[in-house]
Amino acid sequence: MTPMIDIVFQLLVFFVFTFKIILPEGDFNIRMPSATSSASSQPSETPLLTVKLRATPSGELARVQLGEITFEGEAPFGQLHAAIREMIPDDGGPDSSDQEVEIEADYNLKYRYTMNAITAITGYLDEEKNRHKLVERVRFAPLQKK
Amino acid sequence: MRIRPKGSEIVEGDLTPMIDMTFQLIAFFMLVINFSDVEQDQRVKLPASELAQPPTAPYEHPYTIHLTSTDRYIFGGRQWNEIAQLKSALLAETQIIKRHTNKKLADVTVIIRADEQAKTGVVQEIIQACQELEFERFALRSKQSDQRTIGGG
Repeated sequence: MTPMIDIVFQLLVFFVFTFKIILPEGDFNIRMPSATSSASSQPSETPLLTVKLRATPSGELARVQLGEITFEGEAPFGQLHAAIREMIPDDGGPDSSDQEVEIEADYNLKYRYTMNAITAITGYLDEEKNRHKLVERVRFAPLQKK
Repeated sequence: MRIRPKGSEIVEGDLTPMIDMTFQLIAFFMLVINFSDVEQDQRVKLPASELAQPPTAPYEHPYTIHLTSTDRYIFGGRQWNEIAQLKSALLAETQIIKRHTNKKLADVTVIIRADEQAKTGVVQEIIQACQELEFERFALRSKQSDQRTIGGG
């Protein structure tokens, strides 16, 4: 029985050493040609929405603006999401929205807030965890270093 | 009656439970092992999003750029502090694509794995540098979350 136990232990050691924990990750796919080539691309029929993300000097979120509307205080991204859902009906089925949103974030804003904004804009999960798309065309405003 | 000599017997322990356990461990590791070449970097703590979904089909020759919380760029196993250094490394990659494949750079996906504490402006600088090299497709990577990450109702 000793050879079998040897092999079994060697197998065990191999699997233990090759084991790596892979966290589930996902992507937000955006297509962003450079400014020169985007000028020649087909413009959207709907007006461009601009989401401004303002940061405190330490990089925390100060406020969120959608056009002229400002969201502050409790759950600003929840408020932004509600406003986007009012503007863009999602009952027309997937890929129904031609709306484009431009994100204009302060340079020093922590990236997690930008990701929250993208999450609030692009869609939501309903009670049954079904995915609903809102805005698929998201892009960043040209960089303005402060 | 025959008398057995004392002390000459070898006593073997019961190995069955240990072997059972070992086989169960092997079965566990065999089931969870993943040989796919996933580019993850422990120095980067991704922001969470409930909408992040794994790509339905794997990207064809994607480039993965990591950005740490201290604004260090990691690409192809090397790391830099300056965007110009990252850009020259990317430029070398674009030359390879242009010379050895018939693929357009606009069809190559650049995966950006930025830390949740990194500055958004630095992420934009990466995108800008890639755009100047004619890349157009970007995948902003985040970790999947079961919790609602944007707050509110």
